[in-house]
Amino acid sequence: MRYAMAIDTKKCVGCSDCVVACQTENDVPIGYCRDWVVEVMDGTYPQLEMEIRSERCNHCKNSPCVRCCPTGASHYNEGGIVLVEKDKCIGCSACITSCPYDARFVHPEGYVDKCTFCLHRVKKGMKPACVSVCPTKCMYFGDLDDPRSEVSMILKKRKWKTLIPEAGTKPQLYFLI
Amino acid sequence: MREEIIVSGRNNPLIDPQLHIWHWEIPLYLFLGGLAAGVLFFAALYTIRNRENDYRTAVKIAPFVAPVALVIGLLALFLDLHHKLYFWRLYTTIRLDSPMSWGAWTLMLVTPLSMLWCALHIKELFPKWDWKFDIIKDVLAFFEKNKKVLAWIMLISSAILGIYTGILFSAFNARPLWNTSILGPLFLASGLSAGSAITIWLSKDHAEKKRFAQLDLMIIGVELFLIIHMFMGFLASTQVQIEAANLFLGGAYTAPFWIFVVILGMIVPAILEILELRKFKIPVVIPVVLVLFGSLMLRFIIAYAGQASRWLY
Repeated sequence: MRYAMAIDTKKCVGCSDCVVACQTENDVPIGYCRDWVVEVMDGTYPQLEMEIRSERCNHCKNSPCVRCCPTGASHYNEGGIVLVEKDKCIGCSACITSCPYDARFVHPEGYVDKCTFCLHRVKKGMKPACVSVCPTKCMYFGDLDDPRSEVSMILKKRKWKTLIPEAGTKPQLYFLI
Repeated sequence: MREEIIVSGRNNPLIDPQLHIWHWEIPLYLFLGGLAAGVLFFAALYTIRNRENDYRTAVKIAPFVAPVALVIGLLALFLDLHHKLYFWRLYTTIRLDSPMSWGAWTLMLVTPLSMLWCALHIKELFPKWDWKFDIIKDVLAFFEKNKKVLAWIMLISSAILGIYTGILFSAFNARPLWNTSILGPLFLASGLSAGSAITIWLSKDHAEKKRFAQLDLMIIGVELFLIIHMFMGFLASTQVQIEAANLFLGGAYTAPFWIFVVILGMIVPAILEILELRKFKIPVVIPVVLVLFGSLMLRFIIAYAGQASRWLY
């Protein structure tokens, strides 16, 4: 099993509904976020192109955060989802500095926190909060090992990219372009 | 003009707009750890080579700096933790992939080792010292008998400690400035330089002072060589590493790095030490303080500049 997410940058309007849904679902402390929206404007005026991406932890296959964690608090869970076990986390921030996407932060209670792909919902057969709430239905979540899952199908059909593949992290967030 | 504007909705404290998760605690610890490693390395080296009496300060006096430096360093590391009460989790596992795990275990070995070394030499500082309990005397006599073995363990573990302070940074590929394996030898060299400076300062013996001034000169030469190589490596690498090098070659950290680390921390003390070896009268405290200051600044500047360097996407 290999959980992954595909996000359609052509459909995303940058409404940040995913951000709010995540904060509500996961009780993310005020002022913090586990997912966020990035807008990239590129070109020469008036020929401008905009790409909107809903970003979060890439749940990398080769995670630098898991590798550098001195206590084993950062680990691979079901389906390759990268999680932090808060009772093992000492808050040394090594994982935060190791993440090229800066997807992690220190929770006000001291441990390091991040996107969990809403594993608690996924286990019940539901989709992650951000995916289920998206008004343009631009996000796809599922098992990459299953060729008939929603995410496998869309990645076969569409062109996609990952973020900083040259960092060697093997990210599992796919952006449809 | 072609332009790219990136707007991010993320504003997590300590992460955005620029990573600043590691403050003064980490570079201070790296300096103190490197200093302790340097002092212990020379003590072990000259014990193994049977030169204890020629280099009395290096073997018997300077090591007293190590446990003090390590304890302050450990305290700084502890202050840096955000989930402090769980720190013992470091010692419930060994993770070979994680430099921090290596560091935690190395400190677990080196700190008591440095204290033991001082206990063996306590009479050098306090001639009337009495351990009072026979058992302590017996234990110390045992280690005194096996001092060579102890010195070998200390030599290797202090070298690991010195290198580890740099590896801690270089293992993070997310920060292009840190992502160079030269940081390991560079920080080791900087620690050895600080260690020899402390020895020069504490020593009252002219021959020993001279020996360590020569050693320090050599190490400073190695450091300059490593720094040049670091920049050559960066400039021949990918765009992110070229940008990282540019932080020091015209960017925000140019002045502090070249003035504090290279000129004041390496070149000036090297010149003063050469003059001293040529029999000019120069107060020894000046090159010593400059070397220590340069070593500390190196850690601070690399730690802060590294957090400013990143991948762009």
